[in-house]
Amino acid sequence: MSPDPTATISQTVLLLALSPLITGVIKNWKAKLQNRRGPRAWQPYLDLWKFFRKDMVISEHASWVFSFAPYVVFITALLAGLMVPMVTVQAPLSLFGGVLALVGLLALGRFFLALGGLDPASAFGGMGSSREMTIAAIAEPALMLAVFTVAIAAGSTDLSRIVTATLGPGWSLLNPMHVLAFAALFVVLLAETGRIPVDNPATHLELTMIHEAMLLEYSGRYLALMEWGASIKQLVLMTLLVNVFFPFGLATGAPAELYLSALAYLAKLFAVAGIVVVVETTNAKLRLFRVPDLLSAAFVLAGLALLSTFLFQ
Amino acid sequence: MGQLPLTLLLLTLVGYVAGAVAGLLCLRAERAANICAFGLAALAALTGVVASVTGLLAGAAHAHQSIEILPALIPYVRFSIRLDPLGLFFTLIVSLVGLAISIYSLGYARGYYGRKNVGVLGAFFNAVLLAVTLVFLADNAFFFLIVWEIMALATYFLVSFEHEKEESRNAGVLYFVMSHIGTGCLILGFLLLFQTAGGYGFESFHAIGAKMAAGPRDAAFLLFLVGFGVKAGIVPLHIWLPVAHPAAPSNVSALMSGVLIKTGIYGLTRVAFDFMGPPPNWWGVTILTIGTVSAVLGVLYALMEHDLKRLLAYHSIENIGIILMGLGAALMFLHSGHPLLASLALLAGLYHTINHAVFKALLFLGAGAVVHATHTRNMEEMGGLVKRMPRTAFFFLVGAVAISALPPLNGFVSEWLTYQSLLQGFGTTSSLVRLMFPLAGAMLALTGALAAACFVKAFGITFLAQPRSDHAAQAHEAPATMLAGQVVLTVACVLLGLFPTQFLKLLDPVTVQLAGQALSSQLSMANGLVLSGAVATGGTVSTLGLSLIALCLLPVPLALWFVFSRATSVRRGPTWDCGLQGLTPRMEYTATGFSKPIRMIFKALFRPRREVQREYDFSPYFAKNLRFESTVEEVFQTRIYRPLNWLVWRVSRRMRALQAGSLQAYLIYIFVTLILLLIFAL
Repeated sequence: MSPDPTATISQTVLLLALSPLITGVIKNWKAKLQNRRGPRAWQPYLDLWKFFRKDMVISEHASWVFSFAPYVVFITALLAGLMVPMVTVQAPLSLFGGVLALVGLLALGRFFLALGGLDPASAFGGMGSSREMTIAAIAEPALMLAVFTVAIAAGSTDLSRIVTATLGPGWSLLNPMHVLAFAALFVVLLAETGRIPVDNPATHLELTMIHEAMLLEYSGRYLALMEWGASIKQLVLMTLLVNVFFPFGLATGAPAELYLSALAYLAKLFAVAGIVVVVETTNAKLRLFRVPDLLSAAFVLAGLALLSTFLFQ
Repeated sequence: MGQLPLTLLLLTLVGYVAGAVAGLLCLRAERAANICAFGLAALAALTGVVASVTGLLAGAAHAHQSIEILPALIPYVRFSIRLDPLGLFFTLIVSLVGLAISIYSLGYARGYYGRKNVGVLGAFFNAVLLAVTLVFLADNAFFFLIVWEIMALATYFLVSFEHEKEESRNAGVLYFVMSHIGTGCLILGFLLLFQTAGGYGFESFHAIGAKMAAGPRDAAFLLFLVGFGVKAGIVPLHIWLPVAHPAAPSNVSALMSGVLIKTGIYGLTRVAFDFMGPPPNWWGVTILTIGTVSAVLGVLYALMEHDLKRLLAYHSIENIGIILMGLGAALMFLHSGHPLLASLALLAGLYHTINHAVFKALLFLGAGAVVHATHTRNMEEMGGLVKRMPRTAFFFLVGAVAISALPPLNGFVSEWLTYQSLLQGFGTTSSLVRLMFPLAGAMLALTGALAAACFVKAFGITFLAQPRSDHAAQAHEAPATMLAGQVVLTVACVLLGLFPTQFLKLLDPVTVQLAGQALSSQLSMANGLVLSGAVATGGTVSTLGLSLIALCLLPVPLALWFVFSRATSVRRGPTWDCGLQGLTPRMEYTATGFSKPIRMIFKALFRPRREVQREYDFSPYFAKNLRFESTVEEVFQTRIYRPLNWLVWRVSRRMRALQAGSLQAYLIYIFVTLILLLIFAL
């Protein structure tokens, strides 16, 4: 049960290596679906490499909080990732915290991200921070209620145990609880990763951006850490979604299984990425004050999921 | 161990008395008054910390020993104290927080030299500490009510300490009135208990609920709920809290928000768990509901504030709500016969009690230093203080992270315990009531996320970006003693967050006393490194482990930096200003602007009203003068208290006819009353 160094290190490497690819793949597919050629799927790696090699300009109004925030964002995303079972059922850090700690760590990252947005005294950053915290606040109950539903079904908040429970014999794809909770979490995923219809990752239009507005003053390696952190967070949430609701193929022990389960994991990730691409392409961005309607719909879905455990068991 | 805790506690009490007397003796010499009063308070509080910790470690050794500290003069009234675990735990809270605030006050009170009487401040400060400690230790209902009143009165004088301000006077009166409504309910409640017990000693009240008829028992519960609820600041009895806490001097605000409202929690715990015996289900349901509502409404109103101290005061309502969620769930588990879960939920509530005391006092001390430096409580006139008050800013940031329930600090740990008890509570009953647990959990998540938003605003607007006023631009760091007080609480926040399994051991005797189960050994795994829910499979968390792994991960970004960015340079430049002639502080995001999305989303609750007046020559787009006013309706004030207030006025105006000033009329009243009483007696 105690953290296994090899597993921890390999999962860290996997998180670091895989996350830009997912971002790139989504961008690439989105372009294809819109009849554009689009950037290559590995473009984010090149971007990160470029950011790291650039000089930095830091606002003269900014304080140490501004420089501290990228590290917090990056490390909390990594730490959160170490609590999610990716390729094997056993997550490296499952002893140190389950899904509650995961949500807490992502919230810590967001807290400093928002402070980093406020620090350079720009109105854009403040606007981004304000919106980010608002959307996070209304997404949180839906996220938690959906998480509670699966946690209660598994009798644990430990993600490895939750995954084991869903792997077990009593599981069925058409269980209404699973379908509803998945739908709720998917909406939360869109909101938390700043995707259309909540936020548009491609825009730098002053009045609509949320996540990008907070990053406006970042440059050089801090920007690289921020972008990478956001990619890791996206990967973590997608992994959470696929492995909690579709845990097929997760390795339970033998090393020989690893190749197969890695393939299954990638296939599942790309499938979710595909859904995200379709949703982003077929929807328009919502007005900010319509976002609460979307997220309260997610909350209701999660509530129904909970109610269904009550009705069907 | 023997009598050590008792001796030390008596020393603590003597210390507070001496501090109060010293403050009064040195009315003319303010330096001496400051050092004597607050120095003695700090020493006494330190002794109190040692006493309560040794007492708790010794367990329930003295729990049944009642000690008279003053001779009894009147029948029923015995001035006796008892060192039981619950009382000792709350004594630990008041002593720990009192210690930090006393040290801070040594520096803070200097700001009053030549303006106000520091001796009086010190004397009442000590009186409050003394009364609160005695509230936690009192073993007799009369004695309890007496010290309860001393506490209320001494606090009243502190709230209206700056009585030259109308705001402080009004706040004092509101506090006084609400406080006495509460005390009235308490007196009635104790009388109901007395009817069955035949005595006023707390020993005779123990588990008395089982002997009472259902009617009086429920009535007593409701009376105590209102009486202690007023003090704790539960919604809808909270209206005095955001008015009175900010009006007091900042060290007193910290004491009030950190410790004083906890007397309400203490009272509710004492009554609901110790006195009233096996609770009916609706008690727990009521308390859980009140807790949830208070938590959500408290944080929502906090978001609307741009007065730094009022914002913090509203957060006290939120946190009292979170504490009550734990206590309410514990009562429900006791009802359904799950002592293990009841202990877990109780533990969650009590741990959040000490955590809230620590970080809220810390935040109020930080706010006090800021207000001291900028001469305003309005956040819109602050900004940029992180450069001018770096240490205060750091301590405030720690407090902000802790209160937002973010790992790895203490707020996260106690909310994690609350989540665990709520989740595991789902299996305790098969009725629909169990849906309350996850829904309360979801509301707790909403509360936590809104609190984080609120503290991004509070810290970001106050400490970051450019100063928004001259006062903020010329602010200076607080003196050493004020910083030292904050250090104590910052360290406490970190330790309570990183080593919860060690601190939860102190709570073992309390849960044994109230819910019949010691939990700390079950909650601690891997030599105390990991905290688990009561069931090992239910989930684990380790704030210390996470912090250590985070440190191990730190080389990753540093290595990336070393490999890729060695040759890069860092340049300071202006913030992007869209081609204007530089950014001014007026272009920054404001606190009001920051919370606007929340105001719009919850507009059914806030009923925001906004008024814009433009003066212009030729086109409204080029205004010469602009007046903007935005207000939020406080529903409880306008919909409940204002009509109530109006009713009381009307009734009293009618009553005035009775009190005509004629002696004959009064004699008739007395005569009629006498007759009626005689008829009643027959």
